Amino acid sequence: MEISEARKNTKLQIDGILYNVEEADFTKPGKGQSVYRLKLRNLRDGGITNRTYRSGDKVDDIRTTSQEEQYLYKDNDDYVFMNSETFEQITITDKLIGDKKHYLKDGMIVVMLMWGDQPLDITLPITVDLKVVETEISSKTATITAQNKQSVLETGYTIGTPTFIKEGDIIRVDTRNGAYVERVNK
Amino acid sequence: MTEDENTRLARLRPNLQRRALILEYIRTFFREQDFLEVETPIRVPTVAPEPYIIPFESGDWFLSTSPELHMKRMLAAGYEKLFQFSHCFRREERGRWHNPEFTMLEWYRADADYNQIIRDIELLITTLAKKLGFKKTIKYGGQTIDIRLPWPRTTVKDAFINAAGWDPIVECDARRFDIDFVEKVLPSFNPNRPTVLVDYPAPLAALARLKPGDAGVAERTEVFIGGLELANAYSELADAAEQEKRFREAIEQIRKERNQEMAMPQLFMESVAHLPACGGVALGIDRLVMLLCDAPSIDDVMAFTEDNA
Repeated sequence: MEISEARKNTKLQIDGILYNVEEADFTKPGKGQSVYRLKLRNLRDGGITNRTYRSGDKVDDIRTTSQEEQYLYKDNDDYVFMNSETFEQITITDKLIGDKKHYLKDGMIVVMLMWGDQPLDITLPITVDLKVVETEISSKTATITAQNKQSVLETGYTIGTPTFIKEGDIIRVDTRNGAYVERVNK
Repeated sequence: MTEDENTRLARLRPNLQRRALILEYIRTFFREQDFLEVETPIRVPTVAPEPYIIPFESGDWFLSTSPELHMKRMLAAGYEKLFQFSHCFRREERGRWHNPEFTMLEWYRADADYNQIIRDIELLITTLAKKLGFKKTIKYGGQTIDIRLPWPRTTVKDAFINAAGWDPIVECDARRFDIDFVEKVLPSFNPNRPTVLVDYPAPLAALARLKPGDAGVAERTEVFIGGLELANAYSELADAAEQEKRFREAIEQIRKERNQEMAMPQLFMESVAHLPACGGVALGIDRLVMLLCDAPSIDDVMAFTEDNA
């Protein structure tokens, strides 16, 4: 594709390596040529690199597909998923999952981005409900000063919650920023 | 997660109100100095051939990329001080600082050169800042910018030697110029002061005259504040033969690089010989509003952009 068509989240193959475009900055100095600055995330190891292109440059974009996958279990550093339609299992690495591991719960359905049969990324639901397994006990008097405390969730993730949250509560977490949303005890 | 239209327009209201105020203050600024506000065509038979400005076609004609040629035809006919707000259209220009349709403020003065225009720009922007309640500084993108006059000037030569280690006046590599400008020179500007960049290499003169006594540089200047390129000004070229030569070269370059046939703007060419010594400038209104609203993106100062028009 023409470099001018590259947008945030376009997937590119450069020198055999796959990248996600994190940011695409267009500038055009004075009466000069268009200059495109891309911030790229290596889809294998998460590393960030910057590249500069001029108008007319071509880049190789790759065709990706999406499919629903159910998270099954963790196997050492790998995460095992199962295709919801074909029941085929697929394994992806710790590096590819990154911080999303904080929200992965057995049985959760995610959207997996594929390039051919190679998994590239997963998209989580915007919010997930997770159980609090450990939290400080707050005394009535402490709440006057402390508005927030640390709680540990079933995934091992530590999150700031209001002081009224107890062990065993189910809370809703925003997967985009890792923030507490509300208590959802049923 | 896309913001809906009502939410977006509600969020933009303070910036759009300030935008309207800025336009009103600019009109007052020029009227008080006896400038005449004009309107020239937005749909035009020819545009100035410039290698990296791509016009939209409109039937057999084009949408204007700048009102410059028509305003200069009026100067050639004896008008002395003109200004105009004009919607301009440039293909493939979209980003944080660009929308393919944008608003340009241009003004021209007979019997003036780029030094006078730089003083106009300084006075205009500090006047606007004052009317909007700023004092000696404005805040943009987390930086405090001291806007007291006069603004520091630096030549293109010095800026490139300091930041990129080469002199574009001695040997002008136009391709390397743009990349180094974006990656090295622009980031080297003092973030807490405006920068007036003056004296471009002659091959990048565009419609500027060459400096009397120094044919290596053109009397062209650009003003930057807070990393925003705000205005491009010239001592206007009034030499018909030189103007024709530059346009022919640009037409040839466009034919080679874009595979597009651009016509010589004949009516403009007939007027060039009658142009008085004059200075003129194009200032991006959207970016000026960004600066004065502390807005990070052009999308924050336009009600509708290419993405949601």
